[in-house]
Amino acid sequence: MFLRLLSDVRWRTASPRWRSPSSSQHMTTSAAEPPPISLPAQAQVVICGGGIVGTSVAYHLSKLGWKDIVLLEQGRLAAGSTRFCAGIVSTVRHLSIELKMADYSNKLYQQLEQETGIKTGYVKTGSISLAQTQDRLISLKRIASRLSVMGIPCEIMAPKQVAQLHPLINIHDLVGAMYVPEDAVVSSVDVSLALANAASRNGVQIHERTSISHVMVQKGCVTGVETDRGQIECQYFVNCAGQWAYELGLSNEEPVSIPLHGCEHFYLLTRPLKKPLESNTPTIVDLDGRIYIRSWQGGILSGGFEKNPKPIFTEGRNQLEIQNLHEDWDHFEPLLSSLLRRMPGLEALEIMQLVNCPESFTPDMRCIMGESPTVQGYFVLAGMNSAGTSFGGGAGRYLAEWMVNGCPSENVWPLDLKRFGALQSSRTFLRHRVMEVMPLIYDLKVPRWDFQTGRQLRTSPLYDRLDAQGARWMEKHGFERPKYFVPPGKDLLALDQSKTFYKPDWFDIVGSEVKCCKEAVCVIDMSSFTKFEISSTGEQALEVLQYLFSNDLDVPVGHIVHTGMLNEEGGYENDCSIARLNKRSFFMISPTDQQVHCWAWLKKHMPNDSNLLLEDVTWKYTALNLIGPRAVDVLSELSYVPMTPEHFPSLFCKEMSVGYANGIRVMSMTHTGEPGFMLYIPIEYALHVYNELMSVGQKYGIRNAGYYALRSLRIEKFFAFWGQDLDTFTTPLECGREFRVKLDKGTDFIGRDALMQQKQDGVCKRFTMFILEDHDTDLHLWPWWGEPIYRNGHYVGKTTSSAYSYTLDRHVCLGFVQNFDEETREALVVTPDFINRGEYEIDIAGQRFQAKAKLYPFSSLFTQRRRKDEMELSGYHGK
Amino acid sequence: MLESGCCSSFSALSLVTSLPCFPWAGPAALWMLAASCCDRRMCVCPGPRRIAIPVRSSRLPLFSDAMPAPTQLFPLIRNCEIGRIYNTVCYCHHKHLCCLSPHLAHNHLRCAPQKKLATLCPKENFNQFIHARSYVSTPQRFYLTPPQVNSILKANEYSFKVPEFDGKNVSSILGFDSNQLPANAPIEDRRSAATCLQTRGMLLGVFDGHAGCACAQAVSERLFYYIAVSLLPHETLLEIENAVESGHALLPILQWHKHPNDYFSKEASKLYFNSLRTYWQELIDLNTGETTDVKEALINAFKRLDNDISLEAQVGDPNSFLNYLVLRVAFSGATACVAHVDGVDLHIANTGDSRAMLGVQEEDGSWSAVTLSYDHNAQNESEIERVKLEHPKSEEKSVVKQDRLLGLLMPFRAFGDVKFKWSIELQKRVIESGPDQLNDNEYTKFIPPNYHTPPYLTAEPEVIHHKLRPQDKFLVLATDGLWETMHRQDVVRIVGEYLTGVHHQQPIAVGGYKVTLGQMHGLLTERRARISSAFEDQNAATHLIRHAVGNNEFGTVDHERLSKMLSLPEELARMYRDDITIIVVQFNSHIVGACQNEEF
Repeated sequence: MFLRLLSDVRWRTASPRWRSPSSSQHMTTSAAEPPPISLPAQAQVVICGGGIVGTSVAYHLSKLGWKDIVLLEQGRLAAGSTRFCAGIVSTVRHLSIELKMADYSNKLYQQLEQETGIKTGYVKTGSISLAQTQDRLISLKRIASRLSVMGIPCEIMAPKQVAQLHPLINIHDLVGAMYVPEDAVVSSVDVSLALANAASRNGVQIHERTSISHVMVQKGCVTGVETDRGQIECQYFVNCAGQWAYELGLSNEEPVSIPLHGCEHFYLLTRPLKKPLESNTPTIVDLDGRIYIRSWQGGILSGGFEKNPKPIFTEGRNQLEIQNLHEDWDHFEPLLSSLLRRMPGLEALEIMQLVNCPESFTPDMRCIMGESPTVQGYFVLAGMNSAGTSFGGGAGRYLAEWMVNGCPSENVWPLDLKRFGALQSSRTFLRHRVMEVMPLIYDLKVPRWDFQTGRQLRTSPLYDRLDAQGARWMEKHGFERPKYFVPPGKDLLALDQSKTFYKPDWFDIVGSEVKCCKEAVCVIDMSSFTKFEISSTGEQALEVLQYLFSNDLDVPVGHIVHTGMLNEEGGYENDCSIARLNKRSFFMISPTDQQVHCWAWLKKHMPNDSNLLLEDVTWKYTALNLIGPRAVDVLSELSYVPMTPEHFPSLFCKEMSVGYANGIRVMSMTHTGEPGFMLYIPIEYALHVYNELMSVGQKYGIRNAGYYALRSLRIEKFFAFWGQDLDTFTTPLECGREFRVKLDKGTDFIGRDALMQQKQDGVCKRFTMFILEDHDTDLHLWPWWGEPIYRNGHYVGKTTSSAYSYTLDRHVCLGFVQNFDEETREALVVTPDFINRGEYEIDIAGQRFQAKAKLYPFSSLFTQRRRKDEMELSGYHGK
Repeated sequence: MLESGCCSSFSALSLVTSLPCFPWAGPAALWMLAASCCDRRMCVCPGPRRIAIPVRSSRLPLFSDAMPAPTQLFPLIRNCEIGRIYNTVCYCHHKHLCCLSPHLAHNHLRCAPQKKLATLCPKENFNQFIHARSYVSTPQRFYLTPPQVNSILKANEYSFKVPEFDGKNVSSILGFDSNQLPANAPIEDRRSAATCLQTRGMLLGVFDGHAGCACAQAVSERLFYYIAVSLLPHETLLEIENAVESGHALLPILQWHKHPNDYFSKEASKLYFNSLRTYWQELIDLNTGETTDVKEALINAFKRLDNDISLEAQVGDPNSFLNYLVLRVAFSGATACVAHVDGVDLHIANTGDSRAMLGVQEEDGSWSAVTLSYDHNAQNESEIERVKLEHPKSEEKSVVKQDRLLGLLMPFRAFGDVKFKWSIELQKRVIESGPDQLNDNEYTKFIPPNYHTPPYLTAEPEVIHHKLRPQDKFLVLATDGLWETMHRQDVVRIVGEYLTGVHHQQPIAVGGYKVTLGQMHGLLTERRARISSAFEDQNAATHLIRHAVGNNEFGTVDHERLSKMLSLPEELARMYRDDITIIVVQFNSHIVGACQNEEF
């Protein structure tokens, strides 16, 4: 309660300044002054939520020139999680977009006091992340290498140096640490008030004690909000309601699913030490001990992310309860033990309070931002996963840009609301998943980890069959996909625990799957891919697709076209394969996580024409990828139809019978560049077709393969995947896919102008393939993604994906190379020549490995290799 | 694990020395541990080694006088021939019996080990011995893992929850937990629980057998039927009799709540049924028209069953197996402590030295124990008085000797034990006409000394009636195996804290007090340890056994100790503890409170 009182006091002291003559007259203030000013009848934007996130959005919108903004807060400003939060601003983040947001927030808060005149409690303390294990240190080094290319100073240090930075710390169990001197602490309440103050100076109206019952929607567009004090008509609505965002989203007639869930979060406040702790003492983050410790008014503030979180408000509750949550010392005990282990000198320190401060968490530990796919003008920024202070500034800025400019200035796809579907909105799912997510915040993040909760939601009809054959599963968009198949007799337990930054123990398993794909034939269940059908009575379908896609889709029936769905800037909104089933209908295959995004994009851009039909048929088909040189033999034996390239040319689609089953869409394409077929099988035939393939394929050496094999194959073939390599800021020209853009196909398409321009100006980044030269697969850390690329010693970009190529016996990384001007840091044109003339290094957790850059896949190398192998083989036979 | 007798007694002895002392008195505790085997109940030896047994049994009290330090026991025992001790242990372990003549025993004892002790083991050397021994025994030591300990403790646990109707439990009982931990092999304790179907109420009982388990088994199967029949109104008895007569389906009288290990002897069911039928036929004939008083019914049932046991043995049975069975039942003995709960009326009928303890929660939340039974043993002055009054003045000295009935039997009331009930002539006649096994059995043939005016023993219970109050939270029925290791106050506290702790542990709040991080940490660690030990057990009886066996001097469960106690070889276990059987009945305070209000 103390903290509450404290902030109340501050609130009052802040109030007079707040209502200084220069500031807006629209302000309502503390409860002491009834009656509140009445709500405006209309506004351009209504923001719900007066926490740090909501005020930041208001601040940035007003900065970008939008003035007609109303911010509504059900209680008082900064009264929710913001009031209770620990106020640590740290740039130690894994995702580069999160890193950028935190960096921006830090810089924003630093100058906020100067800008607004309101004390924000900003102290540049720096932060020290501790590593108790070597793996943890690797993880920190990976972050350090990303921070340093961002220009954020950081240092990996030995335990002894840590002791010099912090007076109380016990370093005996440490192997190292990372020091980020720029990190800071703030009073998040005051930051939030300062942002609100600045916003209101810019014309934003702020109304407290006003709660929104629901958002009014007409024809899929926001028209206004209904509050307990009347209606406000508006064009845009921004849901920054934090804990309550989920409930608020569901309260609409057309519900907006915002998957987040609250968990109790505890931190401890103590009285000052005998010798009060300096306010600029670095914040300690003991990840392995699951705690953070910052100095607070001469004492300490310490909390953490326990292994057994307590989810709350599953049934949806109101705001009042947030104030009444109880301290739970028994629950805090492991964290307290951890604290006393880290700082044994604190034993005698007197407790002031244990604060229970609920935080909202999302299913994938990343915040939720963006426009609702179902309701136009409905924006969301919530689910900060207890990093609201760190992200608040940056996230608010990106959302404001998104609203004002139509898109943010950075790729925010990892945070986009549309990465979730309706399937993540189940309360049970959220409750279970956040219990896994919250501990994960301080867990070691190793490559290729998968969530354990909320699994087996969407599965292919073959799930049980594959599982029985040793499939190990990963999940994408709720869909279970096989990673690899454990051969009988292998030690399963050991395999499941293979969490390592080094060579994983499935290495040989995937290797043999890859080999089988290359030499015989494999089946991969790819049912998770998003599948749409677009058809029309007339030419509308073709017309709309021609407008939405950059490649020419007016192809003969039965042909398949790889094409990008671009935005105005020419960036990839989606990358898909489209088959022309007949004159007037098309079958479209997109990545799994495009289900919501692509649907929303199509819906947004399609004319409202009842003769044009868009249907999501993802659930109707099981997709099997028959991959490998013997796929032809298996399929022709099953269908009594010759499948050789002469009869069934590449990139061709035909409905035919396989086994007894009729109406199977067979496509002569794979997603890896290997020869083979995709079979789209109506689900009731899936088991039959699979069984037939496996039994007929036996003599060709058929076996199951998983996504890891697929990944290795596609990366060594230099195939870019949307969501990993391609994003909304990548144009086809930048990733060597000019041939898939038909600028002169006769009709205009979205992004054409931008591409024309870019063609003229040249590209500023190029998708490049790197083959690691002096990297020992057995000994060295494996690349993952996000590793900095150095050209002639200068940072030129980051990798986007990587895999071990079993054909090359080398690691292959894919990534973008840019050319920064050495003085202005401006991005210059990147020519193929620029790429080819550089000496490259990839930085994996601080260690640099030489790499050879390639702009084009080396199909020739593979064929040569094969020929050479064959020659050797024949020579051998000759002897 | 153990190859020879020598070896096993070694490990047992080292265990004695290495066990942490009981909190109250070191030497006395040790004496209790070691002596608990023989220094109880009844002192008649079954086998040819009869002589050897008295040596051990009565030697120990002497030690406790002579030697103050617990550790001194060890060298002393070591100086006896280990093998012989082992043998005595071996023969002694599953009987509550020991000696022929205490005098003889005393003499024997005095000359043998103590002399050796005095000459060979001057006090200064004791410690050396101990060190040497513990050194040797260390490599042999092995511990049970916590899951192993749990599986032993939980093997016999049983829980019953009174079913709810419409989400409400209308019974004054919420349910009960029961468990038993054997020390004898096979265990001689029995337990029973049943709901009366033709009348209201629930019956729960613990039975502690001696000289074998036959009597306890029979009583556990039969007693509740006798009680239920005694309670039945005349019409119902007639109905039942008519049903039996005409071969119709019988009204069920009892619904048993049994652990799978609790069995009924199928062979004897016909015989038992006939005896029971005779009883209710007599009740029908006797019809007094009065409503049955529970107290009277309980006393009648106890007496009648004991009478039937006695009669069946006298009459015999043509089936040789059954004949032997009824004789074994009659010649062995059993105590009984039975609770009858009907609404707020709680009746405890007790025969022998098991005990019923009521757990009462005071207004401040603390726990106090109210004993609802009288022990029938030498510690009870009025019992001694009673026994003495029942026999001529000339026998005053011999009837209670060494705190035992006729110097032999520890409980002063019991089922069976016809040796203390029948005339000498009857005993001889039955044994001679009985099967050979019986005839060969030294124990059955043996006639207690100073046996002049039988019967010396009765099965008549003392019945205590208690009206349940809302603060009466639970009832613990347990055999003396529990009560001799734990004080009743501790028992009630542990069960009370367990039952309330399972439902809600009071959260801690700092609220204005000066608390340091270190203090808080200590408090929390302790709380967690307590919760984890409570959460390990889903059964209050198991939890109590865990404490009874594993408590260290601080009153908390010591895993090491628990592990040692539970890993004792079968033949040694009886030296350190008795069979423990516990039933914990939980009362429904809401219903009790409501009933109370109705009545007043």
